[in-house]
Amino acid sequence: MDKNILAQLEKITGKDGVLSTPEDLAVYSYDGTFAEHRPDAVVLPRTTGQVSQIVRLAARERIPVVTRGMGSGLAAASVPFQGGIALTMTRMNRILEIDEANAAAHVEAGVVTADLQAAVEKLGLFYPPDPASIRHSTIGGNIACNAGGPRCLKYGVTGDYVLGLTVVLADGRILHTGGKCIKDVVGYDLKALFTGSEGTLGVITEALLRLTARPEFARTALVEFPSVEDASQTVNTILRAGVVPAALELMDETAIACIEAAMHLGLPLDVEAILLIETDGSDEAAVLREMEAVAEICRARGARQVKVAADETERASLWRARRSLSPSLARKAPNKLGEDITVPRSAIAETVRRLKAISAKRGLPIVIYGHAGDGNLHPTLLFDKRDPGQWAKVEQMAAEEFALALELGGTLSGEHGVGTLKRPYMAQALGPVSIEIQKRIKAALDPLNILNPGKVFPD
Amino acid sequence: MRLDDLNCIRCGLCLAVCPTYREILSETASPRGRAALARKGLEGELELSPNLFEQMYACFDCLACNDICPVGIRPADLAVEMRAVQEQLRPAAWKKTLFGGLIPKPRRMEFATLPLRLYEKLGLRRLVYALGLRNLLPRQLRDMESMLPHLPQRPLRQALPEITEANGKTRYRVGFFLGCAQSLLFAEESAATLRVLARNGCTVVTPKATVCCGMPALGYGRSDLAQEQARHNIELFERAQVEVNVTDCATCGSTLKDYGHLLADDNKWAARAAAFSSRVRDVSEFLMSIPLEKPQGRVEARVTYHDPCHLRRGQGVWQQPRALLQMIDGLEFVELPEADWCCGSAGSQLITHYETSLKVLKRKTDNLASTQADYIASGCPGCQMQLNLGVRRQGLDVQVVHPIALLDRAYRQESEVSRLRRNQEISHSTAKRKNDG
Ligand SMILES: Cc1cc2nc3c(=O)[nH]c(=O)nc-3n(C[C@H](O)[C@H](O)[C@H](O)COP(=O)(O)OP(=O)(O)OC[C@H]3O[C@@H](n4cnc5c(N)ncnc54)[C@H](O)[C@@H]3O)c2cc1C
Ligand code: SF4
Ligand code: SF4
Repeated sequence: MDKNILAQLEKITGKDGVLSTPEDLAVYSYDGTFAEHRPDAVVLPRTTGQVSQIVRLAARERIPVVTRGMGSGLAAASVPFQGGIALTMTRMNRILEIDEANAAAHVEAGVVTADLQAAVEKLGLFYPPDPASIRHSTIGGNIACNAGGPRCLKYGVTGDYVLGLTVVLADGRILHTGGKCIKDVVGYDLKALFTGSEGTLGVITEALLRLTARPEFARTALVEFPSVEDASQTVNTILRAGVVPAALELMDETAIACIEAAMHLGLPLDVEAILLIETDGSDEAAVLREMEAVAEICRARGARQVKVAADETERASLWRARRSLSPSLARKAPNKLGEDITVPRSAIAETVRRLKAISAKRGLPIVIYGHAGDGNLHPTLLFDKRDPGQWAKVEQMAAEEFALALELGGTLSGEHGVGTLKRPYMAQALGPVSIEIQKRIKAALDPLNILNPGKVFPD
Repeated sequence: MRLDDLNCIRCGLCLAVCPTYREILSETASPRGRAALARKGLEGELELSPNLFEQMYACFDCLACNDICPVGIRPADLAVEMRAVQEQLRPAAWKKTLFGGLIPKPRRMEFATLPLRLYEKLGLRRLVYALGLRNLLPRQLRDMESMLPHLPQRPLRQALPEITEANGKTRYRVGFFLGCAQSLLFAEESAATLRVLARNGCTVVTPKATVCCGMPALGYGRSDLAQEQARHNIELFERAQVEVNVTDCATCGSTLKDYGHLLADDNKWAARAAAFSSRVRDVSEFLMSIPLEKPQGRVEARVTYHDPCHLRRGQGVWQQPRALLQMIDGLEFVELPEADWCCGSAGSQLITHYETSLKVLKRKTDNLASTQADYIASGCPGCQMQLNLGVRRQGLDVQVVHPIALLDRAYRQESEVSRLRRNQEISHSTAKRKNDG
């Protein structure tokens, strides 16, 4: 990048806020996927004012600005394919206020989600969204991807907790939208527009988040199913029985084997699937009752065993294991491609069945796990990219997975977002009208197309 | 180098636990970043530049990333191995002087292994120059000096008898590996270790010609020197004919336990090294594995515990020191929040990466302050020095000790108590309680 521009950036953030050695650029070239492209500079602002100045400078010089949190994204959305500035929010990590009376937290975008959770839980409050990347992703990134997680079944996704946002727009102006009111119907819901926008409409610098009371009791059960078909059928039976577990996760035998290899928890290696089910609430008896009801359904549906975690340590380690699941699959093959298809709940069992069929037909393994209660599955292809035959199959199989999801009334992605990896399938998923409207929104907010260019929409 | 370690899938899980990442908040200072740089450097995509290697030295080798990685990548090991790659490309002469040159003269070794003590010999300024730091701050020099405990008249290694007899019948014949830092800086604590071992039926052999365990040389990319040191030490312990090799230094312990691996490719030594390593125990690990005598004396204090990285993750020892402390009557044990988070010492990071080291330390001392403990116990000289500095910087009223020193105090207290009783019976004279501090 031009020395003069680097100097101007340094003037905005201070010297330590601009990184431009080849080493720095190389490590900002990736996210949680295998995609790569180097930025021309990395800028780490500390205030909304600095972000505004940086974007203004970028707009003047027509430099792409790719906002980045912790780079845990799974859609290559923060990979700067056109170079430019990797605008990294990690140093804007202050929790500005926890308003107990209004149950709201005001935070900077770079706060690590788990840090926020820990801070509010100390006060008896609760911030429910819990992506598996909770300890290595930022609130800004969660909002920009509308992240979900196991608990979303009962509590909803990140977007359900956004009360207000501070956003730096593509021309550097600062927008404040929303506030501490729970209801607000004055004007369009702009915070919803920025939620899930993957850095293409503005830079989120601060957020006002809604909190709830912390459920005091939780029980987690590990349910072993000899048959994966039975396990997926059970998901539906539970949901229809009127119980709303806090989480209902499915993992198949390969997933179990990989986690076990990574964490040594003594998971059963001779079953086709396990369900990880949590019930929670503020009334211990009710929590136990719900768990008992769930256990009964599982047993009736073919579960071999229902093991309820004995204490908090055991429960925590089950969830830690769940959070390590996706990366642990890399133990099985040099490469993996995890998808994020989501179907209506009623179609879960059929989806699992047909994913297995795709795998059998093409002869490459698909590991199946995910937030089954939400209908959100992460079928993961295991392969070796160096083998051109396998890579070709992977591309076909991914396309088949997407087609399957759409056919069953589902969607390409429940939580990871589009980024660049799912761009080719957007037209098929949304149709021309929706795409055209969305492109016009993008053009209205970012006429110079400097904010995360080349992402989300097909060209 | 394990090529598998290059196969990081970039999930980012390790960012959450990396002390340097969590302070600097840039990917360059993260395990994932270091793994990427190593790979790109080795595959030729990036030049193997001084800045690339600097990122490997900026790692605190706390092993937290190794532990959390679900794929089994070991970024910490990779960082250390990359330092060796740099040595092969551009050998630095001073490292030989620093870590290996004095091997044939074990007595002078005392002053050569621990970088912090080097200023005695080389002068701090020269050391700093050697480490490539040009602009050391005056307050950094002050901090470094204030870290050092009072020096004993002479190193413990020279004061100790070769054989310390068990009190009463010998139940175990134990070899004691006296680390350089323990010998020089924490002599009183290692003396306590010997008393506690003897008290519990151990006849302890302390080979006096031991040399550095090899960690500093390894940390600076000179595994060849570490191997020399390992062979020397193994031989000494073989001659001592002991059942276990005990050490009270977490860092030495983790290195000694790794000798088998360090010499695995050396046909002549592989089996001997593996046998040696299999006998190594941290002192808390050893004590909790034998029927340990419960002390009758009391230590009336609120005590917390900091996990040395090289004990908890390096050796999987974390329950034993806690259990050991909890055996002491009167002692109120409080768990330190984030007890296993690195303290920022990491050998010589305070010299080489002052600002980051202090930030990491601040996190530790903030947690420490929240416990309102009187003592913080930790069985690693590096951690103890760093914690001492932190306590002083933050003005906390906390003493830093080795867990065994507290156990020793409880044992000695009981003899004190009984002597007091006897004195009272005999003369009713007011016996003054010895000041323990
Ligand atoms: C092991 C693993 C498990 C995961 N589990 C889940 C899961 O359970 N649920 C889930 O939803 N996701 C999951 N993810 C995906 C990922 O963690 C989430 O998408 C997360 O929200 C990304 O946050 P980040 O801070 O890392 O953002 P990044 O990856 O840095 O960025 C992601 C996108 O957000 C944009 N962005 C980031 N910050 C801002 C900002 N302040 N303003 C505007 N745009 C911004 C970027 O431009 C990019 O488009 C997982 C990822 C991994 C590696
Ligand atoms: S080192 Fe392991 S934990 Fe860290 S990013 Fe790579 S695969 Fe993930
Ligand atoms: S060893 Fe510690 S400091 Fe080094 S990269 Fe791993 S977590 Fe970070």
